Amino acid sequence: MKYVDEFRDGALAQQIGARIRAEAQPGRDYRFMEFCGGHTHAIARYGVAELLPPHLRMIHGPGCPVCVLPIGRIDQAIGLALERGAIVCTYGDTMRVPASPWRAGPLPNARDPLGGPDAQRQVRGLQDSGLSMMKAKARGADIRMVYSAADALKIARQHPEREVVFFAIGFETTTPPTALVVKQAAQEGLKNFSVLCCHVLTPGAIAHILDAPEAQQWGDAVALDGFVGPAHVSIVIGSAPYEAFARDYRKPVVIAGFEPLDVMQAILMLVRQVNEGRAEVENEFTRAVSREGNHAAQAVVAEVLELRESFEWRGLGEVAYSALRLKPAYAAFDAEKRFGLNYRPVADHKQCECGAILRGVKRPTDCKLFGTVCTPDNPMGSCMVSSEGACAAHYAYGRFRDMAPPRSLPVAAPRGGSGSGPAEPDPRQSPELGTCGACSAPNQIPT
Amino acid sequence: MTTRTDYIRPLDFKQGRVDMNHGAGGRASLQLIEELFARAFDNPALREGNDGAVLDVPPGHRLVMATDGHVISPLFFPGGDIGCLSVHGTVNDVAMMGATPTALSASFILEEGFPLADLKRIVESMAAAAREAGVPIVTGDTKVVEQGHGDGVFISTTGLGLLPAGRNIGGANARPGDVVLVSGTLGDHGVAVLSQRESLAFDSEVVSDTAALHTLVAALLAAVPEGAVRTLRDPTRGGLATTLNEIARQSGVGMMLDEALLPIQPQVDAACELLGLDVLYLANEGKLIAIVAPEVADTALATLRAHPLGAKAARIGTVQEDPHHFVQMRTRFGGQRVVDWLSGEPLPRIC
Repeated sequence: MKYVDEFRDGALAQQIGARIRAEAQPGRDYRFMEFCGGHTHAIARYGVAELLPPHLRMIHGPGCPVCVLPIGRIDQAIGLALERGAIVCTYGDTMRVPASPWRAGPLPNARDPLGGPDAQRQVRGLQDSGLSMMKAKARGADIRMVYSAADALKIARQHPEREVVFFAIGFETTTPPTALVVKQAAQEGLKNFSVLCCHVLTPGAIAHILDAPEAQQWGDAVALDGFVGPAHVSIVIGSAPYEAFARDYRKPVVIAGFEPLDVMQAILMLVRQVNEGRAEVENEFTRAVSREGNHAAQAVVAEVLELRESFEWRGLGEVAYSALRLKPAYAAFDAEKRFGLNYRPVADHKQCECGAILRGVKRPTDCKLFGTVCTPDNPMGSCMVSSEGACAAHYAYGRFRDMAPPRSLPVAAPRGGSGSGPAEPDPRQSPELGTCGACSAPNQIPT
Repeated sequence: MTTRTDYIRPLDFKQGRVDMNHGAGGRASLQLIEELFARAFDNPALREGNDGAVLDVPPGHRLVMATDGHVISPLFFPGGDIGCLSVHGTVNDVAMMGATPTALSASFILEEGFPLADLKRIVESMAAAAREAGVPIVTGDTKVVEQGHGDGVFISTTGLGLLPAGRNIGGANARPGDVVLVSGTLGDHGVAVLSQRESLAFDSEVVSDTAALHTLVAALLAAVPEGAVRTLRDPTRGGLATTLNEIARQSGVGMMLDEALLPIQPQVDAACELLGLDVLYLANEGKLIAIVAPEVADTALATLRAHPLGAKAARIGTVQEDPHHFVQMRTRFGGQRVVDWLSGEPLPRIC
């Protein structure tokens, strides 16, 4: 596949891996957080960890939009569909996120035009636990999976007699399309369309992690030496917003694409910054990201949306200035206002470690629920839901590292990483993995 | 076939629609059967018009029976439709046991209001698939459900096949050292169907691979000694990944695949990139996985490749000892990963 295969070249990966191992200084640990779920997915799916030295650890950050969605927000969306009779449109991977046990309580007001007798009948049976949007759908909620915000608008046009709510989640990448459909709905004068806006912002979350009490309290436990910066997010906001982190926190940031070679090249660039004592924003993803970003996308977001003072993130708690809501001029399309929704925070399962995992404090295998009661088929926490979640990625692609290697297997040795298997000679030290002069300069990715 | 001429008017296959009478068991039901199903599927057993078909089992053979329900949206897709799919799927299930498919039954659940023109198209496609495969549809059933209680057409097919005494092909037979072969490119059916979904219509040249594989199986079994083909399975729903995990668990073994060896069409690869899906989990309807003894692997591969349905066959991995029954893969990138079971429905990622 042209323009894709070039970024998945195994031979080049081996060369960059060899260069990383050669340049990562012995006796020094390197801890880099890949903020974005897309990077987590690429690292797991392509086995990038196999190519890294044991003293270089990648920490999965809170950049999976599904993982950071708090239970209370999913409850709101389910409530709109089940109690208020709305058609709720959502992106696919939101469907499986566990919600809170459905609350027993007063049934919807029979005179409520949105909660008819059908809705009441549905709610009566919902005293059990463990809903998700998918389970709510099976119970009669009209929840529809869409591939874009525009699809939700289309459904609103097709059903003028029904309330249609777009459950808008995601980082800066998915925000402009949401703003655009709100604008379109306003221009068309649609009366039945609204947005439950749960869009979150990257810079606020990075600052929150760096300011986290654990960072000071536990010292090395969460100390980070640098960030692999988001790919698609940066296409929209540019690289400039990360400059403050590099400067104020002395943390290097390398913005990288989602292809595995992008990630490896970014890791090499981070190693070099750490070795040289630099803390700068570098851009590995120059083929798509500029310093200023996409002005047109930023403009439509600024026109329709504004900052929330605070927003709850799953795993991170309330994070100041980290999310968006609709501006007062578009209040008619704000589902929270239209339906008079009050946000009710819901705690995670007591033993769920998603919060600590999202902050980089713990690894998936540190969680007692991981792989036992919490699996991709039965996710207890959000990190196990999306394939971009740290737990799901490790479970789906990397859990062989946690097991004793089978006999007669010429497989790679278990890694220090998140595994706990017995140590074996490291195959990555094999003679064929020599260093390559071609990789000594940054940005050797073919473009 | 008895030709009835006393219907008030023939079925209107241009404008007509399925109504509740077509499933009530009365004259309208009979008319639908006679003017559509019996004509399309015509064969001696069906012509008898009895509640069941009587079939001979030659001495020295055992019967293999497989059944399959077919629910697909959209009903028509590039390269096929629910009709031919319902024949191929069951023929293949029988063939994967190493048996020769001999007869099929077909059960239709139709939704009131479904256009007769579409039903005719589906039934004729089914009949053509059965004729081409040489496996007659010898008995069947039709029911009609009220509008809103179905999805147009559901088809269940059951297949019978003859298995020579002593042949043992099954999911529990894979042994460490065996070789994993696949008969062609992966994910074609999955992408062809996805490309036609209303909410996701995108331009794609990919057509479904739906096909009956029993002649391919026959060629393979004829080319190698009895017992050398351990397991055969068609990686339909859940794709290659799920099918190999099933076999690994049944046989109590692990597997190691090589990503670089997987045959995948570039268009399928590109569609997966676009949608954030993994080709390993996409359905195939005209491909088989063969797990064979290492000493016959080359012969088996050459035999598959010599058949039109196996031209792009490939050797993709090996069976190995593994108490955890992991299916693993060496990535093209030089790393290693688990190829896990499918969890739920494959859902596109948000970014």
